[in-house]
Amino acid sequence: MATVPRAIKVKAPAPSTGSGQALSQRTREGRGTQRITAPASEPGRFGVYGGRYVPETLMAALEELEREYERAKRDPKFQERLDDLLRNYAGRPTPLSFARRLTQKLGGAKIYLKREDLLHTGAHKINNCLGQALLVERMGKRRVIAETGAGQHGVATATVCALLGFECVVYMGTEDMRRQELNVFRMRLLGAEVRGVESGSRTLKDAINEAMRDWVTNVRTTHYLLGSVLGAHPYPTMVRDFHRVISREARAQILKAEGKLPTAVIACVGGGSNAIGVFYEFIKDKKVRLIGVEAGGRGEALGEHAARFRGGSPGVLQGTYSYVLQDSAGQIANTHSVSAGLDYPSIGPEHAALRDAGRAEYVPASDAEALEATTLLARTEGIIPALESAHAVAEVVKRAPKMKKSDVVIVNISGRGDKDIGIMRENLKLD
Amino acid sequence: MPLSFYKKPALVVYVTCGDPDLATTRAVVLAAIEAGADVIELGVPFSDPVADGPVIQRASERALKHGTSLAQVLTLAAEVRQHAQSTGLIVFSYLNPILRMSMEKFCRVARHAGVDGVLVTDLPVEEAGEYLRAMKENNLAPVFLAAPTSPDARLKRIAAASRGFIYAVSRTGVTGARQKLAEDAQKLVKRLRRVTKLPIALGFGISNAEQFAEVGKFADAVVVGSAIVETIEKNRGCEAAAVGEFVRELLAVSSQPSAKTL
Repeated sequence: MATVPRAIKVKAPAPSTGSGQALSQRTREGRGTQRITAPASEPGRFGVYGGRYVPETLMAALEELEREYERAKRDPKFQERLDDLLRNYAGRPTPLSFARRLTQKLGGAKIYLKREDLLHTGAHKINNCLGQALLVERMGKRRVIAETGAGQHGVATATVCALLGFECVVYMGTEDMRRQELNVFRMRLLGAEVRGVESGSRTLKDAINEAMRDWVTNVRTTHYLLGSVLGAHPYPTMVRDFHRVISREARAQILKAEGKLPTAVIACVGGGSNAIGVFYEFIKDKKVRLIGVEAGGRGEALGEHAARFRGGSPGVLQGTYSYVLQDSAGQIANTHSVSAGLDYPSIGPEHAALRDAGRAEYVPASDAEALEATTLLARTEGIIPALESAHAVAEVVKRAPKMKKSDVVIVNISGRGDKDIGIMRENLKLD
Repeated sequence: MPLSFYKKPALVVYVTCGDPDLATTRAVVLAAIEAGADVIELGVPFSDPVADGPVIQRASERALKHGTSLAQVLTLAAEVRQHAQSTGLIVFSYLNPILRMSMEKFCRVARHAGVDGVLVTDLPVEEAGEYLRAMKENNLAPVFLAAPTSPDARLKRIAAASRGFIYAVSRTGVTGARQKLAEDAQKLVKRLRRVTKLPIALGFGISNAEQFAEVGKFADAVVVGSAIVETIEKNRGCEAAAVGEFVRELLAVSSQPSAKTL
């Protein structure tokens, strides 16, 4: 069991006198205000998780981003502009569709689908990209970099950069470029430069490493538009806030449609941005079960899946303290999933806190289950989900039949499946 | 402890441990010390070295291929200490391998191995409370990075938390050799001098005798990392001899200030 780093953060600039001992004593004296006593009582910390673990070169940029984000949050003009873009450019609000035939077929709980797949660029990712892009404008930066796994975040980033006239570089593992060819072309069509990353497993984690190296080099002119609730503070909080709109809408929509809150909300979890978005406004509704679905991949051995809560333990990866798939020496493990958006070896720190607190539960769905769920949703509802979202559908397939007809479940369809048609063709035998 | 720099500029040599294997690392380190290195940074290979350029990335991959671990690096440190009493020994690591071992155990084992200080690349002062306490308990020097982008307020906090020396990063960017030293470097050292009396070592991008001598004019010590690792990479089978030769070249120019080739 790794030692949990204490959630110590010294807010005020340190006095110039003293030594390491002085810093240590100061934080100890400040226990009441500076140490975590309850989950999320301190910016950037979710229980013991989160924090800011990056090379010193990036610290000033993270502080600047945090300040700018705090200012923007309180600025009605920023909110107005973002709301306008979400509505008139991205296509919000998204519908909450009753899945009549899927409900009948499974014969249990009533199933609703939150349709983030209907957004511009085809996934929830655009919510966060629009928000961060407006911050980039406020900070006066002109160059944006991003990482992408499935390519959805890369496409959304390329889109907002085209919209606002920024230079855009997207890092993508070459294995993911192969799997998500269509999205690579889309990004290039939108004017972005896609840089292939050959290191490690050549997937999302390696793309983030390379994006961080670019950022550490060009930090003065460049914004890193991180695409999930990962990385150093303020990213997990900020990205969550930009996706909260999903649950804000879904909560009002279900109350209108059913006159009550749902029994459960289900979403897939890679880094965890769509899941935190659709969970967040329900966290206070204690009776609503929140269920995150991780990539169960093709087996239970380390390297065969991306189920951080099944095979992982707390650690630090790429700026944040959370559950990490790692070996006994603290080296990060390889992962596998049929879905390029879920195969990340760590998980957003707020999910780790929700899980430890027992507020949300996390279960795996295998590659095969996700593929089967894809076909089922396509044929019962006429919706081809992204393979990521299909993991959430796979969980409702298992769960709904065991629930009462009076139960109501919301499944977040975080993206559409067009980008995955190639993988589906390789893996699905259709007669 | 042997972390004070007697001669100026002092030479800090970085190696990625376990590249190509631990026995070679040991021989390389001893050769570097023999040739005049003052401080050795024992780099712990990590699967996701976000602060490192391609040279150290490749070295880390080679070292991890046969499972080089933090525990093994600490054993190596103890062996080196037996042969070199007066050389400074720093463990240079990313945070996760240390957390996995546990901060307490790591510091305890490092002290027993004869390590003088530790630099954790992705641990800024804000997150270092527990670390500083464990380091203090074990009489180890926490060395922090200072960057050209760090505002003065941060430099103060870094200076307050550091012991032994401060590692000034010469430029924004990852590790790796550069043709030219950034102007950033000298400015940063100047700003640091205003907030600390600790020695300042400058690193990132310094790869030859001329740069070493140039940096020596304004910094107390010079860190050479990627250039050493590249020397190891390019001299399969005679790594120690090649590194020894390289270190002597680095030191030759600065020891003859009148004959500088600037």
